[in-house]
Parts: sequence; structure tokens; C-alpha cells
Amino acid sequence: MIEVAGLSKRYGEKLAVDGLTFDVRPGIVTGFLGPNGAGKSTTMRMMLGLDRPTAGDVRIDGRHYDRLTDPLTHIGALLDAKAVHGGRSAFNHLLCLAQSNGIPRARVHEVLDTVGLTAVAKKKAKGFSLGMGQRLGIAGALLGDPRILMFDEPVNGLDPEGIHWIRTLMKSLAAQGRTVFVSSHLMSEMALTADHLVVIGQGRLLADTSMADFIRENSRSYVRIRSPQREQLLDVLHRAGITVVEAGGETLEVDGHGSEEIGELAARHRIALHELSPQQASLEEAFMQLTAESVEYHAHAGPALGDPPPTAVPPPAPRRSWGDDWKKG
Amino acid sequence: MAVTQVLRSEWTKIRSVASTVWTLGLAAVVTVALGALISALSRNEFDDMSARDRLSFDPTYISFAGTSLGQLAMIVFGVLVVSNEYSTGMIRTSLAAVPRRGTFLFGKVAVATALAFAVALVTSFATFFLGQAMLGPHKVSIGDPGVLRAVIGGGLYMTLIAVFSMGVATMLRSPMLSLGILMPFFFLISAILGNVSATEKVGRFLPDQAGSRIMRVVTPLDDDVPYGPWGGLGIMALWVVLAVAGGYVSLKRRDA
Repeated sequence: MIEVAGLSKRYGEKLAVDGLTFDVRPGIVTGFLGPNGAGKSTTMRMMLGLDRPTAGDVRIDGRHYDRLTDPLTHIGALLDAKAVHGGRSAFNHLLCLAQSNGIPRARVHEVLDTVGLTAVAKKKAKGFSLGMGQRLGIAGALLGDPRILMFDEPVNGLDPEGIHWIRTLMKSLAAQGRTVFVSSHLMSEMALTADHLVVIGQGRLLADTSMADFIRENSRSYVRIRSPQREQLLDVLHRAGITVVEAGGETLEVDGHGSEEIGELAARHRIALHELSPQQASLEEAFMQLTAESVEYHAHAGPALGDPPPTAVPPPAPRRSWGDDWKKG
Repeated sequence: MAVTQVLRSEWTKIRSVASTVWTLGLAAVVTVALGALISALSRNEFDDMSARDRLSFDPTYISFAGTSLGQLAMIVFGVLVVSNEYSTGMIRTSLAAVPRRGTFLFGKVAVATALAFAVALVTSFATFFLGQAMLGPHKVSIGDPGVLRAVIGGGLYMTLIAVFSMGVATMLRSPMLSLGILMPFFFLISAILGNVSATEKVGRFLPDQAGSRIMRVVTPLDDDVPYGPWGGLGIMALWVVLAVAGGYVSLKRRDA
């Protein structure tokens, strides 16, 4: 369990993290989502006591990070795969981490095996590919067999096989009842792994919700229809009081009605359908919509989605922000 | 957070990188070889010396002549032990594993200091005995008054140079910046300040000049230095304490 309360970080004029409050619960994968520069890594560094918060508090199992005895046995983190001395072998890198937390040497061999680096354990880390570096970082996170795991952009630079491996690993860690907190700027990646979402934009909390609720609340569901009898179908739908959007080509889109209803309607009028498919706007769109809304909020002022606590100095309204282009398009 | 765990971890770190062997090896080899060379040259010069020079002839100190160059490798060792963490990004991994920054820094400094002292002490004895062998008829014995103190002091001097560098590197973080300040300082600036009469009295309170007093057995004629061998080493130790304390304060306050 990670508890974040009123967490803020200011770098000079810029408020990188602005009054974040959320909990990360055990047993599920919690995705930490935000566009690049939203403050994800800064938040994670503050969770690990690496950066000092300007205001607020993070507690790991009820305690501050620097009050944990042998912190690697409570929380393991992959922050930056390059945070390794390149001249040191993978084994020695893990060994020095293990020793600092009283973890037995045998465990080093175990985690090397888990991440598949046993064959290169004696090799210097500077010869490692990005994927091997990520695996070494993950081995470090797993070293203390911690109840909480934190991964910052773990799939960056990995090949498909590596990405699949990390997804499976995160899910199995959560299934074991551990707390798994993983950041990404890719909504599509989160959709495949996360059960719960914490979304931030410009350092502010935008959403703290289950993945299912997030999709329901933030995405449009519609039915896509293609028919050789397009004009007839349009007519029928119109008479039934159903609004149709012509989406280019032969495709029609209908909001707010089930595919069953439309299919039966078409059958009754003996209209052939080539496609009748319920669609969900992609999570990527939902995510963009959410962040775009946050930008709107910043520009006009009003209650934010995530309801962050008020800060003494309101952040200046951004002239142009992430998501603007999407709104225009 | 048991201190012994951190010490073991730091020992693994220090023994598992090549720079440790290179820097300490170089410090030992350069100190001993240059000391032997200068001792051999001094032996031949002795006969041509004035009576006055012969009075302040210090065979022990001469055998330590290689220290002036060997200490540069010690500086590199001290700088790299600390700044490697920063230049590689390892510092974030290290501080996540050992979040109490005082324990982390002092554990690291303690291990590196112990290793540097072991190497420096062996180097010191080696350079003394080899130097004396080169000096032939002008040599002194380890049992002579003040000589053992000078030889052990030579080891302490080299060690303190390394620790001073660790403190400076902790404050500056960048290896290039640290070396760029420390190397010219100890190799040039200190020597210049010490030899120009206007700054001589200030220069003698610099860490290397004060500390190197411990390696002298014969006091030069017309010597007006206001401290003895241990006093000088004490001044140097004070510099070291300041550097490490400065490193601790900046590490404590900084974001990693």
C-alpha cells in the first residue's frame, strides 16, 4: 500500500507535481498515466525518498521511505534502467544491493534466473542492450521479494517479446497479492495491464478510477454499420428516431443504441448488413479527451476532475498545452 | 539499516570496478618508482652539496619524493569512488537501497578510506626501504628517531588526500569538475603558493603542505613553520573533515 497525500514538488517557478492525493492498493496493477512531462517520474522519485517534496507526504506501508528497515524488502523499484555502473557485472551490481539490505547471496542467483540474465551474470553492464538493462533493473526491484513494486516506463525500448514478458510478470506479481504501480505515457499499454488507473496531467490528478469505469466514463461507445442498402437503412433508422453519423465511405455510426436493436430493425426491414459491430472509442482517445479537458480547465478555471486541494499560488494558465492539437483536430 | 550491511555492500562496489585497481595500483607504483629514482639521484648529488645543504639532507623525506606525483592517482581514486555513482546514475539505485544518506556516505567513505590506507601504508614502507637502498651510504634506519613516524605518516598523508577528494567529489558530483579542480590545485597551485614568499605563510596551511610535514625527519635550517609533524597532519585532517562534512550536508539536502 502506497499512500500519497497532498504531494507537491516545485522546481523554481514550475510546479511539477501539484497536490497529488491517491492510494495504490495491493492485489492489482495500478497504472500511472500521463503525457510526457506530467510529473510521473518526479512523483515516483519522491515516493522513494530520492527527491524531497515541496509539500505533502508519501507513506509506504504507513511509514516514510527513509524509516523503512531494509527498504528493498518492502518496495522494489525500476526507475531508470541506466542507473547502473557500467563497469560492474550484473551479478556484482545485484550483490551490492542485496548486501546493503541483508538479502542473502542466493537470492541474487534467483532473480538473475527469473529475468533470464544468468548467462550474462558475469558480464559488465555497459555491454547490455536496453532490454537487458531493463531486465537487470527489474531483477533489482525483485531482489528483496517486496510486497510493493514500482516500474517507471518499463516497456520503453523493449522488443515485443520483452514487452510481453513484463506484462505477464506485472500481472502475476499482482495476482500474488502484491502492490504493482507502473507508469506509462501510452494508454494502449495500460489497457493491457492495468486494473486501476491514476491519471495525471501537468502535475495534477485527473482521474483515480478502475480501468472499467475509466473507459465507461471517458469513452464513447457506438455501433458501426455497413450495408449495401445504405439509403434504405438510413431511412429506416431515421424513421425509428435513431441519429446516424455518416463516417465516410459506406460506414455509418450510431450512438446510444445497442447493436441488437439495430440488427433487429434491419432484419425486420429485410436490409442486408455487411457489418454490425459495437465499438468502443480507443483508450488512447479517452485518455486524450481527459487530458484535453484538464487543459480546458486550466484555461478557464473551475473544479478539476480529480479535485486537487487548493494551492496557495494558482498555476499560470498555459497558453498551449498537450492535447490542444487533438481538440482542434 | 545495519551499518555492517552498508559496509559489505560498499566493499562489493569498490572491489568490483576496474578503476579501483588502476588508480590505487598507479598511486603505489608511481610513488615507489619515483621515490627510488630521486633517491638514487640524490645519492650521486650528495658529494657536490654544500655543507649547509648536507645539514638539512633528509633521507627519509627524499625517499617520499614520489608522493607528489603518486598523490594525483590517489586523488583520482577518491574522486571516482564517489562520482562514479553520479556519472552512471547508480546514485538513485544506491539511495533507494540505503535511504539514510549519512549511513550511505559514511559507509562508502569508511570502506574507501580503509582500502586507501592499506594500500598507502604498504606503499609508504616500500618506498622508504627501496629509497634507502638507493641512497646507499646516506641512508637512515627505520629505528632512527622520527623515521617510523614519518613512514606511517606517509601512509596517513596519502590516505587523507584520498578522503579529501571524496569529500570534494561528493559536493561537486561531476568527476571531471572534481578532477579539474583538485589536480591543478595539488600539483601546481599549492606548490606555487608555497614557493612565492608573499603567499608562503598562507600556503603552508593548505592540506598537502601542512600534511606532508609528517614525512620530514630533519627540520630544514631557518625553518619558521609554526607547527610540527603531527600539528601539520592535524591541519590536513581538519581540511578533510571540512570537505567530508560539506559533502554530507550537500548530499543530505540535494535531490538525488
